[in-house]
Amino acid sequence: MKADAGLSLEFTLHGADFELAGAASSKIKRILQQVGVKSDVIRRIAISSYEAEMNVIIHAYHGEMRVSIYPNRTEITIEDEGPGIPDIKLAMQEGYSTASDHIRELGFGAGMGLPNIARCCDAFEITSEVGKGTRIYMMILH
Amino acid sequence: MKLCEAKILLNAEVVFGGHLLDKEVTTACGADLMSDVLAFTKERTLLLTGLTNLQVIRTAEMSDLAGIVFVRGKRPSQDVIQLAANNGIPLLVTSWPMFEACGLLYSGGIRGCSSPQGVHHES
Repeated sequence: MKADAGLSLEFTLHGADFELAGAASSKIKRILQQVGVKSDVIRRIAISSYEAEMNVIIHAYHGEMRVSIYPNRTEITIEDEGPGIPDIKLAMQEGYSTASDHIRELGFGAGMGLPNIARCCDAFEITSEVGKGTRIYMMILH
Repeated sequence: MKLCEAKILLNAEVVFGGHLLDKEVTTACGADLMSDVLAFTKERTLLLTGLTNLQVIRTAEMSDLAGIVFVRGKRPSQDVIQLAANNGIPLLVTSWPMFEACGLLYSGGIRGCSSPQGVHHES
């Protein structure tokens, strides 16, 4: 591995697979611990990664998660095939959610996910196309 | 406060993590919304919840929580206990309902995540 090349990880996420939901974020967290990133930074990465992972499980059919860990930052990109988000501004509002009662019974779907991701990240971008899917980019400085 | 002191206050039973009860608990949070836990808790918080699914354990793992207390005598299934064990997260069960359990811990000196010593710090 070159000094500036970073460590790359890829995960495939399956919509509605609640058994494995969070497994990718768990692996990311362990690797960050192994490479010696500070615990408060790992916590922010783990929380935003988990929220984004749960969004795919809850709302989409399929997703790809790509993680690059550099000495000074972690970048995560999640692209999903799913219904997409018609109004991103609305989706970013705390409390707004389209999740079903079943999801709410699991403790999610309170409309806190996207705002929470944005709060944890140093850079956050979201683009979406209705009927195709959503792409999220997150960057957290170490 | 140590987790073993919280256990005594709640008259709780240990489901997993008897060897982890000297963990320090700085704050506690009562919630069934995992999104709220992810958004508003600090590390080393003790979570009291009525949910017993895998997402509770994942949430505790990501948020570096000190442990989980299931209220009103709710018991997690074996796969949930196993995931907690894999991650070293202590699990307790108390027969007290949520409100009383939170009250007992608060009376015992544990504060919430919004208190001055429990402010969610943004770095």
